[in-house]
Amino acid sequence: MNTTANITAVRTHGLAFVLAMTVGVALLTVSGMAQATVLHDAAHDQRHAMAFPCH
Amino acid sequence: MTKNLLSSAVFAGLIAGLIAALLQLVFVIPLLLEGELYESGERVHFLVDGMTQSDKGSPGLGTEWARHLMTIGFNVVTYTGYALLLIAAMGFARERNGTQITPQNGLIWGLAGFIAVLLAPAVGLPPELPGTPAAELAPRQVWWIATILFTAAGLALIAFGRSLVMHALGLVLILAPQFYGAPHLDTYFGIAPPELSAEFATISLGFAAIGWSVLGYFCAFFFARGEES
Repeated sequence: MNTTANITAVRTHGLAFVLAMTVGVALLTVSGMAQATVLHDAAHDQRHAMAFPCH
Repeated sequence: MTKNLLSSAVFAGLIAGLIAALLQLVFVIPLLLEGELYESGERVHFLVDGMTQSDKGSPGLGTEWARHLMTIGFNVVTYTGYALLLIAAMGFARERNGTQITPQNGLIWGLAGFIAVLLAPAVGLPPELPGTPAAELAPRQVWWIATILFTAAGLALIAFGRSLVMHALGLVLILAPQFYGAPHLDTYFGIAPPELSAEFATISLGFAAIGWSVLGYFCAFFFARGEES
């Protein structure tokens, strides 16, 4: 019973890590990588200051 | 766990993003705005007769508050993104290796993140002033992302590997993208004074190191507190 509970816990946490990383990468894509003009212009100064490859 | 990961990252990202944005507005953005004077041609450093000379001085932050608010906002977005990755890594290390997460060692996590995400890519692709012509964007983005992944994996092997071989492999991973080399143009086109470009590169990296240290500290602080309760 305990083993099952542990395995379930690890699986749930594994999903939590994947979820956190997916959301993290999505945010960074918007703030650092996406080239849509509106996004690029709005994020421009921050991208240079954070050393993203900007243009 | 999921809730703790996400809420810790949001709090840490907000604090680090606001502190980093404030430091950028004081130290980094004025240099960037000064660089734009050369990009627009308002100031010229390299004159046609071979002379190089131009006045020093930033135009200041000016009144473009919408623009600077965007910088603050996107700093929070960027730092929250990095916080999610950092806390996921902390949670994974805690679960798999029993690594204790404290604000003090969070500082080391943050500095390792700075090395992986800012310093290692900057070895090949230095932070650039606006208006600096550079190689095509897509290959630079690919090298940038690959360098971050290789460096992060190398640091993880050194931090968690239990043998000398693992540590040596970590070093190889860290060095590999540097030996491969970042995409560069085969001509120099820079229009801004070399001193200004150099100052921008070092000052933006220096304050990003502070931002990442704050981020690591608060990621660990909120994550550890959430796991205890």
